[in-house]
Amino acid sequence: MLNFFTKFILAFVVLLMTYQTSSAKEVNIYSYRQPYLIEPMLDKFTADTGIEVNVLFSGKGLVDKMVQEGTSSPADVLLTVDIGRLSDAVNSGVSQSINSDVITRNIPAEYRDPDGHWIGLTSRARVVYASVDRVEQDSITYEELADPKWAGKICIRSGQNAYNIALIASMITHHGEADTIKWLKGLKSNLARTPSGNDRGQVKAIYSGECDISVGNTYYMAKMRVNEKEPEQKEWAASAKIIMPNANDRGTHVNLSGAVLAKNAPNKENGIMLIEWLTGDVAQEMYAETNHEYPLKEGISISDMVASFGNLNPDGLGLIAVANNRSLASEMVDLVNFDE
Amino acid sequence: MFNILHRKKELLNIIGALFVALVVALPIIAIFYLALTPEKNIWPHLISTVLPGYITTTLGLLFGVGLISFIIGVGSAWIITIYEFPFRSKLEWLLLIPLAMPTYIIAYSYGELFDYSGPIQTYMRSIFNWNNSKDYWFPDLFTLGGAIFVISFVLYPYVYLTARAAFIRQTNSLIEASSTLGCSMLKTFYKIALPMARPAIVVGIILVLMECLNEFAALEYFGVNTLTVGVYVTWLQKNNLGGASQIAIVMLLFIFSLIVLERKLRKNRTFHQNSKNSLSPNRINVIGYKAWILSFVCFVPILIGFIAPAFVLIKFVLMRYYEVDLNEYFHLVFNSIFLASIASMLTVFIGIYLINSMNTSNNLLLKISISISRIGYALPGVVLALGIMVPLIHFDRLIQNIFSSFMGISLGLIFTGTFIAIIYAYIVRFLTIAYGTVESGFSSLSPNMAMASRTLGKSQIETLLKIELPIVRPAIIAAALLVFVDSMKELPATLLLRPFNFDTLSTHVYTYASLSAIEDAALPALTIVLTGILPIILLNRTLMLKNK
Repeated sequence: MLNFFTKFILAFVVLLMTYQTSSAKEVNIYSYRQPYLIEPMLDKFTADTGIEVNVLFSGKGLVDKMVQEGTSSPADVLLTVDIGRLSDAVNSGVSQSINSDVITRNIPAEYRDPDGHWIGLTSRARVVYASVDRVEQDSITYEELADPKWAGKICIRSGQNAYNIALIASMITHHGEADTIKWLKGLKSNLARTPSGNDRGQVKAIYSGECDISVGNTYYMAKMRVNEKEPEQKEWAASAKIIMPNANDRGTHVNLSGAVLAKNAPNKENGIMLIEWLTGDVAQEMYAETNHEYPLKEGISISDMVASFGNLNPDGLGLIAVANNRSLASEMVDLVNFDE
Repeated sequence: MFNILHRKKELLNIIGALFVALVVALPIIAIFYLALTPEKNIWPHLISTVLPGYITTTLGLLFGVGLISFIIGVGSAWIITIYEFPFRSKLEWLLLIPLAMPTYIIAYSYGELFDYSGPIQTYMRSIFNWNNSKDYWFPDLFTLGGAIFVISFVLYPYVYLTARAAFIRQTNSLIEASSTLGCSMLKTFYKIALPMARPAIVVGIILVLMECLNEFAALEYFGVNTLTVGVYVTWLQKNNLGGASQIAIVMLLFIFSLIVLERKLRKNRTFHQNSKNSLSPNRINVIGYKAWILSFVCFVPILIGFIAPAFVLIKFVLMRYYEVDLNEYFHLVFNSIFLASIASMLTVFIGIYLINSMNTSNNLLLKISISISRIGYALPGVVLALGIMVPLIHFDRLIQNIFSSFMGISLGLIFTGTFIAIIYAYIVRFLTIAYGTVESGFSSLSPNMAMASRTLGKSQIETLLKIELPIVRPAIIAAALLVFVDSMKELPATLLLRPFNFDTLSTHVYTYASLSAIEDAALPALTIVLTGILPIILLNRTLMLKNK
């Protein structure tokens, strides 16, 4: 009996060790970004540098995990899809500063932390998708979304979604708390349905006639328009046009995807190398062409598809100012029962 | 001498059981600790904003799913037990098959099926010449009602199982007497069969309600915010561990009241079981179109709860077969099977150990410990993950600090950096299933057998290994299989606790579903469903044997 038990434990330990394989040349990523969006790039990185990449993908909770793990955290690099998570990481003390000439050269100063704790990689605009058939106007403002003329015509994903939180936070920065609550209530009362699904789902709702306008990120529309794998998505995307909100006044709300070097990164050198590589020509071109995001490196052009959406006049608001209003924005969403 | 040895062994068993109880209770203790020491107190904010909504939605879900599962489960069980009609014996076991369909998979399938561009609406538009969704009304699945509908049709088998077992026990004696005395079938049902089967039915419904409280992915998909979804959102989206734990505690209150109710009723049920009548039931022969109506009525739950969603998955698999990355697929299958096998071996092993301790001792502490180690099933996966992750990470850090300061080596995160945390979650959650199933095997053993073996000079452990375990082997296999399949299906804890580069069938399905690209994960989803059919076949075989 004991013999059997010892064997069992031994087998277990051996199995465990096979899963704990670690090579000297590796880098560990905690990623909020969907694996399929970054895998091609990471494969290219491994091919270029010989550094193996390990990824833990989760849409939520990674900063918190790093906080809990503390000095034992295996993470080297955190990749995020919005400014909120970048500032969360910095505020929670899980980041460390990078001092790299490569990054300073590649990324304009307004898209990275002055102290080097976070680095923007790409930007994306949060725009309005509007029905080609039922919406005539070609310009719009975020403020206008609360106008009763849109009653029962707007679709949007959950108010607690990071992209929407950032948008609401930017409204707070521009207009103050009281006006933003009023605006959010107005928007809520214009909704055609309770918030659900992702940004693509909202485009489909325009296609099906459930609503006339919705809010979403630029690259979702671009990816749908060229989706060979699911041709029906092209059909949905064809039913909607993109309007850049506030293009003629204060500018369209943009958000950043970015990277943070983990405070306790066990493979610090490799982590820095990865972030530098992601700001370089190869990666920035891939971001632009494959993912249809706005590259941040000067001289890399946007994809033709994104160019067809029209000129982007980005909101000049400091991104950190936006990030600081996020928990306020999240409380407002609860307060007006936005998701109910 | 013998006595001292026996006492020593008993003490060892008590310590063992205490350890298991501690392991199971640790996540709950952790949640209480986190709830009482929040970093920023958002409790007032929670109460004044989202919490009432979470609670009413949860109650609505429990009520709706409870009611519909009751109607389907009890109705079909009654028809199957009392009447004879075409395909009755096939339908009898097919009615169990929706159990194989995990709630999140049926939710995604119906999301596609009822979608605007799905087959039903497209067909309707083409027939009636409608142009867009404003031209007609179609039920919106992405509501509480939609969630109740979909979830009920995969959970009703719990009620069906318990109700059928209760009805079979009554059939011959009381029901025949009742009809001889001139009562109509309907009256017999209301006045006699239903009241008598009530404890069994309530046990079934409580199981359904527990599953509802565990539910997370399907509800997140439908945009229905229950307490479980609230824990998830507060923890991971708002980065508020303390607040999430506070919501989790509200939830635990719901669960513990259900557990208390269930345990009380189970006691009553064992009492009923003693008067069981083992004659084969005499069914009422129905002929003509009425018989076919009965067949149809029993077919509908199977159609909605299994055939339709399975059809959606099969269609996607056929549409995308040339795109399937087999390498990735087998990797996922391997990971799922790997985790599920380890979990089922360990869980059954612990289950046998506890039962053996229980059977060889009358110690109160031991009994309490075992009782505690069986509450894990009630912990929703999301709550469990929360309660496991935090203490384990601290454990990991402690171990790492000790090793690096004394020996200068870095071990990495032993628990949370590997799949051990997931196995831990599976054991906590599924120990009850293993324990209950194995226990039912042991309870049919005559104590004389063990006594005879001991008198003939065999030790207790030899008796267990050579006599008892071989006899209860079917129960052990059933327990292992049930835990295996439940582990394959498990989603929230796996999702939240998995290490680097690690995906299972269920997390893969979830990832793609949250991208609205379930068709790319149809094969993994179908694999989970097909595996789920195995224990149902086994379960059915044991039930059939029992009936004979």
